[in-house]
Amino acid sequence: MMPAAEDNGTRRTVLRAENLWKSYDEDTVAVLKGVECEVYAGQTVALCGPSGCGKSTLLHLFGGLDLPDSGRVSVNGVEINRHSNLLRLLRHEVGFVFQLHNLIPDLTLEENCLIPTVAAGIDRRAAKARLLELAERTGLGHRLGHRIQKLSGGERQRTALCRALMNRPKILLADEPTGSLDEQASNTIFDLLLDLVATEGAALLMATHDRALAGRCDRLVEMHDGKIHEHAFAN
Amino acid sequence: MIFFKLIVTNLRRHRIRSLISVAGIAFSVAAMLTVVTILEGAIGMFSGILSSGSQMIVFERDVSDLFFSNVPGQAAKQISGWPMVADANPVLFGIVSSEGHPIITCFGVTPSDARIRKAVWIEGNRLDFAQHSDDVVLGARAAEFLNARLGSQVQIGHASFHVIGVLKTANGFEDGGVFMPLASAQSFFHKEGTSSVITVKLRNKDDAAAFKSMVKAKYPDLIALEDAEFTRSYSQFRILKATAWAVGGCGLLLGGLGVANTMIMSVFTRIRELAILRVNGFSHAQIGGVIFGESAVVSVLGAIAGLLIGTCFLYALKLIPALDGYIDTTMHPLLMLLVLLLAFLTGVAGALYPAVYAMRIRAVEALRFE
Repeated sequence: MMPAAEDNGTRRTVLRAENLWKSYDEDTVAVLKGVECEVYAGQTVALCGPSGCGKSTLLHLFGGLDLPDSGRVSVNGVEINRHSNLLRLLRHEVGFVFQLHNLIPDLTLEENCLIPTVAAGIDRRAAKARLLELAERTGLGHRLGHRIQKLSGGERQRTALCRALMNRPKILLADEPTGSLDEQASNTIFDLLLDLVATEGAALLMATHDRALAGRCDRLVEMHDGKIHEHAFAN
Repeated sequence: MIFFKLIVTNLRRHRIRSLISVAGIAFSVAAMLTVVTILEGAIGMFSGILSSGSQMIVFERDVSDLFFSNVPGQAAKQISGWPMVADANPVLFGIVSSEGHPIITCFGVTPSDARIRKAVWIEGNRLDFAQHSDDVVLGARAAEFLNARLGSQVQIGHASFHVIGVLKTANGFEDGGVFMPLASAQSFFHKEGTSSVITVKLRNKDDAAAFKSMVKAKYPDLIALEDAEFTRSYSQFRILKATAWAVGGCGLLLGGLGVANTMIMSVFTRIRELAILRVNGFSHAQIGGVIFGESAVVSVLGAIAGLLIGTCFLYALKLIPALDGYIDTTMHPLLMLLVLLLAFLTGVAGALYPAVYAMRIRAVEALRFE
């Protein structure tokens, strides 16, 4: 096990991939081929590349949803493996936002957002206070009691964003978070995303095809054919 | 609260499917309660016929059916003389028939038998019983279906009998039965000098063990059992009870399969949703809890509905005049609890495979599931 925080000069590494290999269908489809990557605390990183290049797979590995065939994945200095506490990772350290909002349609906005707090056993009153805070910031305060079916696409994605941040994770993994929205809604959500991660002090690793959005991140990482080819600093 | 909402959300989402599952459990519970209650009631009534207010029953050891039991008449005489015995009455059971009524229970009894002494005599006088060998006393229902009354001649089997009384008892088997003097019954059934059982009332109930030992010592071919003991051990009763529980168990099994089917469908149609829970930090146990919770809600609702249906059905049976006195529809609280518990366990068992399946869902694959 690695130390809880890795200091790289002045910046702390929160996500690290070392020589990651991952393939599917009994090794016939190699998706990641020796990926090396680091994300620092509070940094926003755009992960760009064509479909099927391994962006989502890399995010899943960082979130502990899948395990690499070989190589090491570390989150906040702790290596993720079969024996690590994946629940703690999912409950407290990372938050996910997907292209499809992945909300439970029959529950209300409030209930959907409270799911991570129920999983983590967080006091209901504290959870509610946190929800109100996030709902205010995302402009959803008036929609708390509405069912997901009644919300617009943008509102659903904002709800997903709230849910991802409920347990105050310091890492947000976003897989094409604006991919299913029109340009205007997409910009609004992305502004909100950047604002939230900045105020929460969270790092953002976002897979996206949108070069314009990617350009607004601190760093841009290009992926091709299962490898990271270049690291470009947008800002 | 959210956890419970997650449980009921899916039930509400598929209302018809949920209702069918609840109905499956409900009808299983109702069937089990009805069958077991009726058979337990019948056994209780039959026990009542045998004991008729006594504490002990003496009959032939290892006999498969009391109708085949032969207890020597001398034994009854000797037992009644034992100091610990307050009263001992030999009873001969038989089945007789008359035109249109192939099965009528016949009781060969002495005038001192509680059945004769304690019954409500609608017609006739109990002091007239056993004055003549061709005298019979009819239960009220038997008198009704034999179309007989005091003074009538009735054809029973190959012989004609003179009705000297009609009596009313709460027990349907007795109410629809024929009471003959013991000697007449022995002659009618070609069992001279014997009876089926001896019902014994002790002066002191604590003497039961000593009485049993004495019977064993004096009459190795006979066995004495306390009423409750007899009800528990008599093979016919045990077969009946086993049959009732087996039939009820099959019903519950079907109900459980219904729940299993519902829960499997429930899991398969919400794989993505379960994956979302997983991504949001739900543990395997919490995911399993959602599935088990869902099946528990179905089971509990089904069990409550089954309890209501069973109670209504038994009440309806009680209102049928032809069954009055033949079935005891009193539902014992312990039986209700047991059946409810079984229904709950069946429902939970039905969710076992779906829950394990749900717990094994890999979020990364499930999120690709459309």
